[in-house]
Amino acid sequence: MIIEQLSVFIENKSGRLYEVMQILGDASINVSALSIADTSDYGIVRLIVSDPKEALKLLKEQDFSVQSTPVICCKVPNTPGGLKRMLAYLTDDNISIEYMYAFSIGDDASIVLRTEDCNKTIECLSRHKMELMKASDIYQV
Amino acid sequence: MRYWQNEEIVSLDEKKAIQSERLIKTVNRVYANVPFYNKKMKELGLEPGDIKSIDDLKYLPFTTKQDLRDHYPYGLFAAPMEEVVRIHASSGTTGQPTVVGYTKNDIRMWEDMMARCLSAYGVTKHDIIQNAYGYGLFTGGLGVHHGAEHLGAAVVPISGGNTKKQIQLLQEFGSTVITCTPSYALYIGETMKNMGIDPRSTNLRVGVFGAEPWTEEMREQIESLFGIDAMDIYGLSEVLGPGVAFDCQKRTGLHINDDHFVPEVIDVDTLEPLAGGESGELVFTMITKEALPLLRYRTRDITKLYTDKCECGRTLVRMDKVTGRSDDMLIIRGVNVFPSQIESIILKVAETAPHYVLIVDRINNLDTLEVWVEAKEGLFSDAIKSLEKVEKHITNELFSLLGLHVKVKLVEPRTIERSEGKAKRIIDKRKK
Repeated sequence: MIIEQLSVFIENKSGRLYEVMQILGDASINVSALSIADTSDYGIVRLIVSDPKEALKLLKEQDFSVQSTPVICCKVPNTPGGLKRMLAYLTDDNISIEYMYAFSIGDDASIVLRTEDCNKTIECLSRHKMELMKASDIYQV
Repeated sequence: MRYWQNEEIVSLDEKKAIQSERLIKTVNRVYANVPFYNKKMKELGLEPGDIKSIDDLKYLPFTTKQDLRDHYPYGLFAAPMEEVVRIHASSGTTGQPTVVGYTKNDIRMWEDMMARCLSAYGVTKHDIIQNAYGYGLFTGGLGVHHGAEHLGAAVVPISGGNTKKQIQLLQEFGSTVITCTPSYALYIGETMKNMGIDPRSTNLRVGVFGAEPWTEEMREQIESLFGIDAMDIYGLSEVLGPGVAFDCQKRTGLHINDDHFVPEVIDVDTLEPLAGGESGELVFTMITKEALPLLRYRTRDITKLYTDKCECGRTLVRMDKVTGRSDDMLIIRGVNVFPSQIESIILKVAETAPHYVLIVDRINNLDTLEVWVEAKEGLFSDAIKSLEKVEKHITNELFSLLGLHVKVKLVEPRTIERSEGKAKRIIDKRKK
């Protein structure tokens, strides 16, 4: 249930994200989800890709600061209030979210979640019969 | 404990006798052969006969790097060119290069000085030494090379740079000793990790690091990175090259080969010699060199001297690890700042040895100091708040040490220029 997300440190300068995408594109690695957290000087690009091990290696070889972070991907209905339900379960169990990002395709929306405790989150959401994506599913999205 | 030569352990009385005899000979030599010293001594009302023992050293004139430049290239040589067999030039860290020469005897002496250092580090003829100091005009490569051969070790003369090749030979040649600048050692280790090679997996057991100031924190980093003993070697081309002073296993300071290079520490303002344990500028008089015996050469390095006997048995005077040069020192809004002070803080916070550079500028007539630190392992985290915390932590630590507000900026790993020789740590944009 744990998904391997890559976090890449990049300076806030034009062309930096392009370079990351070029390295992954050249190696035929697909990006399934992406989010950027930024400050005025730098940002962290968070990526879910088709081959995280290979991507980590390639980016390291090119001297990027990159690390792998465990996240969870939860499916919610792509309807009003869909996300609210999931958040209520986490709040009830006192699980705080460090960050999250979402994408929706058709009837479903997928929420990528980074919390203080992955296993506790999985346990909580499974108990409430929420659908969690497997690593093998999401790498292919 | 292994010594290379008996002179390392003679009694202080014996040493004084050796130093006095050699100093008198050298003063006569330069008075007769070097017009610069002849003139300087006459100006001071000194004749060679006035120098009767090593205690009279303090009457002799100083020599500066500028004096070497003013007599470029061979003006201070005390031997005729037919006796000179080697010429090196300083790397010109701070300005135009200075030229130094060696006679056959000088080269032999140098080999012994280097062999003394290597022996103290525990290196023997059974070792394979990968010499990654630059070969050429720089004294590092050839200086270490000849000393290592003299010791009987097998030298791999790979010179500096070509990091992939360095790593390949470390693995395939089974090198047990590596010699290079400490910043380059870290770069090699970092590259190995990126290639998926464990830096502790080679046969390396000793590293001989010098040619730039480095801190105890950096030593610990290198030792844990490679699983080796990281030993300090001190030297400068004007005095000899590598082999002027060295760590012993006790690590209580660097032993100076003072039967050849007599050290003094002086007050930078009054130029008066200071007592043992007091901090000041290190000055050397070379009492055995033939081609370029300089009197009271001012190194610009800041250190302290200790004359008590070391547990290792050597009576060679000891000096503190050099952590700053008086001409490396930055004056930021009136505060004296040594790059090494900033380095120790970064190492403390990062728990790893990142590349960093200090950017000094003057904006609206006010000096500013920025520290750029590469966001590598140990510093990089997935959460913005942790990155901001790291920046703030370094800023706060620097403020409590220096009383200066320093802007700390995390940058991408490739931002800071890589050095395969001496690390470039300061960019000073202020108009001189």
